[in-house]
Amino acid sequence: MVVAGGAAGAARPAERMRISGMKRLLESEKVLAITLLTPGVVILVLFIAYPFVMALWYSLTSIRVGDPGHFVGLTNFAKAWNDTVFQLAFRNTVFYTFWATIFKLALGMWLALLLNRSFRFKRIVRASMLLPFIIPTVLSAFAWRWMFDPTFSVMNWVLFHMGIITDRLPFLSNGDWAMWCAVVVNTWRGMPFFAITLLAGLQTISPDLHEAAALDGASAWHRFWHVTWPLLLPVTLVVVVFSVIQTFSDFQLIYVLTGGGPANTTHLVATYAYQVGVASGLLGEGAALSLFMFPVLFAVVWFQLRYLKRMEAH
Amino acid sequence: MKRRKFLKAAGAGVASTGLAGILATHRAPVFAQANTVHILRWNDFVPAADKVLREVFAPEVQKALGLKLNVETVNANDIPARATSAIQSGSGPDIIMLLNNLPHLYSSAAVDVSNLAGEIGKAGGGIYAPATQLNTVGGKWVSLPWSLVPALIAYRKSWFDEVGVKTFPKTWTEYHDCGKKLKAAKHPIGQTLGNTFGDAPTFTYPLLWSFGGQEVDPKGKVVLDSKETVESLRFMTQFWKDAHDEGGLAWDDSNNNRAFLSGDISASLNGASIYVAALNGADKFKTEKGAPLHTDILHAPLPAGPKGAHAYHTAFNHMVMKYSKNAKGATEFLTWAHKKENYEKWFVVQKGFATGPTREWENHAMWNQDPVMLPFKTAPQAQSRLMGFAGQPDKKAAEAWNKYVVTVMYAQACSGKMKPEEACKWAAGELGKIYT
Repeated sequence: MVVAGGAAGAARPAERMRISGMKRLLESEKVLAITLLTPGVVILVLFIAYPFVMALWYSLTSIRVGDPGHFVGLTNFAKAWNDTVFQLAFRNTVFYTFWATIFKLALGMWLALLLNRSFRFKRIVRASMLLPFIIPTVLSAFAWRWMFDPTFSVMNWVLFHMGIITDRLPFLSNGDWAMWCAVVVNTWRGMPFFAITLLAGLQTISPDLHEAAALDGASAWHRFWHVTWPLLLPVTLVVVVFSVIQTFSDFQLIYVLTGGGPANTTHLVATYAYQVGVASGLLGEGAALSLFMFPVLFAVVWFQLRYLKRMEAH
Repeated sequence: MKRRKFLKAAGAGVASTGLAGILATHRAPVFAQANTVHILRWNDFVPAADKVLREVFAPEVQKALGLKLNVETVNANDIPARATSAIQSGSGPDIIMLLNNLPHLYSSAAVDVSNLAGEIGKAGGGIYAPATQLNTVGGKWVSLPWSLVPALIAYRKSWFDEVGVKTFPKTWTEYHDCGKKLKAAKHPIGQTLGNTFGDAPTFTYPLLWSFGGQEVDPKGKVVLDSKETVESLRFMTQFWKDAHDEGGLAWDDSNNNRAFLSGDISASLNGASIYVAALNGADKFKTEKGAPLHTDILHAPLPAGPKGAHAYHTAFNHMVMKYSKNAKGATEFLTWAHKKENYEKWFVVQKGFATGPTREWENHAMWNQDPVMLPFKTAPQAQSRLMGFAGQPDKKAAEAWNKYVVTVMYAQACSGKMKPEEACKWAAGELGKIYT
């Protein structure tokens, strides 16, 4: 017992010294910063920087499945630039992102304003509103695909039996219709994200401001436009940035809903890059196609963040 | 045994089979050796066939070879993507089922199976010539043909009778006339022109050939932009409008099955899966008169155009992957699976949907059971052309097929998005980028 106690007693000062040494080390701001940042940086390097650099390298080579290829410079980018399917996919991506974001913002704002009021079962309604966002995209896209099915569409069935249509509507078999269908599904899926985030923003706005405006005789529209909207703008911009990034690089929804068809008319940059790079095994060309998204997204983020910074300065 | 002695003995045991043992022998312990063979295949349109793989093949191969067979099935449209990611990452299924000429695209990642192909051909009276072209690269067998799914038109006999067509049309013009009447009677023809692997290209390639169009010449020069191709596009555009369910532009390979079984369409180019489903679900699928639907289905080959009749049947091949840690086990499994007594168990449940890789299977007693399936028996013999005609069905042809160039060409014309001449030029341009 004496020996054991003695050993433990001898260990304690050494341990204490070690702990105080570590404490001293962590008290240094530089060391603490490095310690805290390292895991994040490692994750960023491994899962973001490395794949990005690899994609960049692939795009400059003729690599294809099972063949490492060789350096070809900007050939893949030139090929993509002259590719009519890619040009269409790029236009589709801009169209899809623009309209889906507009609808998500408008409907999300409307929903957020509604949910900001007091009514019975408010919590249940708020929670259930998140369902489209919670359900995995692949599952919900499959459900929508059934609803838009060229032969068995439930919507066609309902409209036909109500006497509104005499022939089936070409939801997915007409390129223009199919593109709008994709916008509708994306809006349905993304609207809750807008609504919940804007709702959080709305709740930070002091009711006193609205009361004061109301006392001054401002109408509901004026209160929204001159009080709510300016105060909600920073949150709105952040949500729009997130949404633009996600929508511009969307893949799952189109892949399941239309597969890029009919006749390649609904391909987005991501789905077309996948078809070329992964399904056809032309990895270099696929990487070049997908990298066309980068400057666009970079510009969107840069402009919006710059605008946000300027607003904060004011 | 005292505690100390027991621990010592147990420790020695662990060391001999555990980490120390592994390090000393440079071999994984028996239980962890690569005894599993992972095979990736499509979700068979005859689900009973996948059941045979899982419930008959797996236990039997375990007993016969000590191999644990892990059968994974996915949508056939997703297989190329799985193959690409497996090859690039160097890990994945030991065997991948590849359609048509995809073996050419992935040949650098294949184990040479020439010896086994030789044995299979010898035992079965010879592998079909198109299958040889699809599975060999530079004289080496890079994959093994497993089956062929013939594409024939399944049609409703009674509805054809009602419009006065007693025998199936022999030419495209006759089929067009017949289809017009069928559509007028609310029984359109159903055909996919979507971005999908099977029913779309098995229709569009033979259509192109039957009008004299072709992708390339024998030297690989793109010759698609021709008056023959434009003629086929003009024909198809009108045929589409007059006789087809125009929703087919958005169909995959399963839509026509559902549309046919539900009585929405009168005819569709397909494997025999429509008929097999109607046969297996005789109580479920009925004609409007209440008779089992399968009694009203017949099969016919694609009609002839100005340059004859052609067919393309979808080939299913197995590639043993070079990156596999158990390529030996994978090859052993395929050797076992191709043995007549084993293959037969899979073959018979197909009921003719899939034919065998060798001529021997044309003589199987199964073909005597149902005369409706007889056209499938010898259908492989009618296949004289492959994708990439008049060149080779090589990796460029596989890339063109994988990008749906020929199918999209017809879809663009039929949807009215492009004029036939424009669609032809567009497709020739796309092929030009591939065949550079």
